[in-house]
Amino acid sequence: MTHPMPDATGHFGRFGGRFMPEALIAPLDELEDCWRTAMADDAFTGEFRRLLSEYGGLPSLLYDASRFSEVVGARVLLKREDLNHTGAHKIRNVLGQALLTQRMGKKRVIAETGAGQHGVAAATACAYFGLECVVYMGEVDTERQALNVARMKMLGAEVVPVASGSRTLKDAINEALRDWVANVDSTHYLLGTAAGAHPFPAMVRDFTRGIGDEARAQSLELLGRLPDGALACVGGGSNAIGLFAAFVDDPDVRLFGFEAGGDGFETGRHAATISAGEVGVLHGTRSFLLQDEDGQTVESHSISAGLDYPGVGPEHAWLADTGRASYRPITDAQAMDAMVVLAKTEGIIPAIESAHALAGAYDVATELGPDATLVVCLSGRGDKDMVTAATWFDLVDLSDVVEDVVEDAVGDLS
Amino acid sequence: MTSVGPTVVAARADGRAALIGYLPAGFPTVEGSIALMQALVDGGVDVVEVGLPYSDPVIDGPTIQAAAETALAAGSRTTDVFHVVEATAARVPTLVMTYWNPVQRYGVERFAADLAAAGGAGLITPDLIPDEAGDWVTAADRHDLDKVFLVAPSSRSERLRLAAEHCRGFVYATAVMGVTGARDETSSAAPGLVRRLREVTDLPVGVGLGVSSGAQAAEVASYADAVIVGSALVRTVLDAAGLDEAVESVTKLTRELAGGARGELRGPAQS
Repeated sequence: MTHPMPDATGHFGRFGGRFMPEALIAPLDELEDCWRTAMADDAFTGEFRRLLSEYGGLPSLLYDASRFSEVVGARVLLKREDLNHTGAHKIRNVLGQALLTQRMGKKRVIAETGAGQHGVAAATACAYFGLECVVYMGEVDTERQALNVARMKMLGAEVVPVASGSRTLKDAINEALRDWVANVDSTHYLLGTAAGAHPFPAMVRDFTRGIGDEARAQSLELLGRLPDGALACVGGGSNAIGLFAAFVDDPDVRLFGFEAGGDGFETGRHAATISAGEVGVLHGTRSFLLQDEDGQTVESHSISAGLDYPGVGPEHAWLADTGRASYRPITDAQAMDAMVVLAKTEGIIPAIESAHALAGAYDVATELGPDATLVVCLSGRGDKDMVTAATWFDLVDLSDVVEDVVEDAVGDLS
Repeated sequence: MTSVGPTVVAARADGRAALIGYLPAGFPTVEGSIALMQALVDGGVDVVEVGLPYSDPVIDGPTIQAAAETALAAGSRTTDVFHVVEATAARVPTLVMTYWNPVQRYGVERFAADLAAAGGAGLITPDLIPDEAGDWVTAADRHDLDKVFLVAPSSRSERLRLAAEHCRGFVYATAVMGVTGARDETSSAAPGLVRRLREVTDLPVGVGLGVSSGAQAAEVASYADAVIVGSALVRTVLDAAGLDEAVESVTKLTRELAGGARGELRGPAQS
């Protein structure tokens, strides 16, 4: 089924588009042409499918989480993206874009990363394809996520700490864009989420929509019908849009996105862009945005680095605007509780990002009733979050030990 | 309202290029920035370009980023831009350079009205392409304001034509594929870009990005109608010990640049 959005100029209703320096319009046009031609080329889509299967470990399972379901109060089917190579849904997007990079004849890839998850995924794809890889990462994040810096370096990527602005994800994106404009002939900007200027939101959706396409087919096989709800966490929104894309034309499947409510919606310390933001333009697209009354970007806050972004993909803004999908904030505390419940009922440690969607399932179950079946995207595994979780739950005093290990690891690789 | 167009055309009729000098509003403070804008005029700019500091300036290099951060940390607000414009608009035509989100947030129509009321000539919009500029074009035309869109060496001719069709005042040609910032060498791409622009428009062409000395200004003046200088001026302010020294060094650099724009400091010819 073809998704009707965006329109020919990259707009999802009043959202999306291209708010970019003119210098980048030609490379965006080149990328769009290459992507559209590739998607109509059986050789390309066949190679993408082969890579996902042989290298990425896909399709991922749709797992009937019966003990977790008892706690939630509705039947929960987990889309196990945590089992993919690199431990998250992001392998789909990076393999797709790396294939496009090759098709454009470019040899160098740049990427932004917050916690390091997309950086690691991009470095992985670049290692696989033999592409040069430079990852921009806020200086604050390189310190908070030193182990992921080590991973990227081990995979052969160069990690550039970004010291401008708030020294976090949004500034890493700014710096990647500055690199791109100076190196467009040799370089593809492998954006990590379904945001940014057209064609990125649609392209990233189409590379990640296997999540939803698989889940839809698996639901039909398992249940003989479609699920009642599809749930996912939303930062920039790539796993959510990948899930939603398959169900958007099924009016009986309710769509729920869960944003990072941080310390609580009322504290102002959160990343609930759709729930609390206002329409604005950032990083090339018009969407909802956390901003002050002068339109300056406001820093977001979340225990989950992967959701800690002040913007959101424009298609989510449109789905929210039209009422097709609902977006709700989940606090740090709710997400951490759901994380531990899944660990103890199913023996699965989810990423804190994904735990936001698990936490959201409780209220959805109450609303839709005990007979409802919910597909929840388990977008990533929680190994990367163990220091955060150990600290949050006071499981063990890890901090000194871990810091030493990390310093050694990074020192050896640099 | 004063369009910058006639000023640029008049300079060309004088056998020279116009000089456009950029500094951010509120840098280092609102009052300080007004003094520095006056120094630009005293030093001989034909047009003042007032920057609106923004949290995510993707087309700016480290120098202008640092200035924007200083201005925002000092509490610079959108409305301050109008005060700064008021201070220079009586002396020379004054444009505002701004990323799009602050304008959208303020309200496009309201921004245009307040800019016009302050005597501003119009806007330079580095991350707004004509394709997305419907609201701005309507508001600018209603308030008789200049619309200055950018073109780049990567722009194909249909993009040059589109930008030129939507510009009023002049067309802003970015000399290099890159961000703002002083460069030792002048651009090899700029003369070709200006030549391609001339094929599709009669509007004056201003060239910016990387011009920092009188000699570079002279070289750009040999093929463009306006020379646009930003980072080099910001750099002198960042390097100055205090506001008085900054005013002095901005005036001095502006004089040198204005001399270059008059063709007095022609550098070695570049092939």
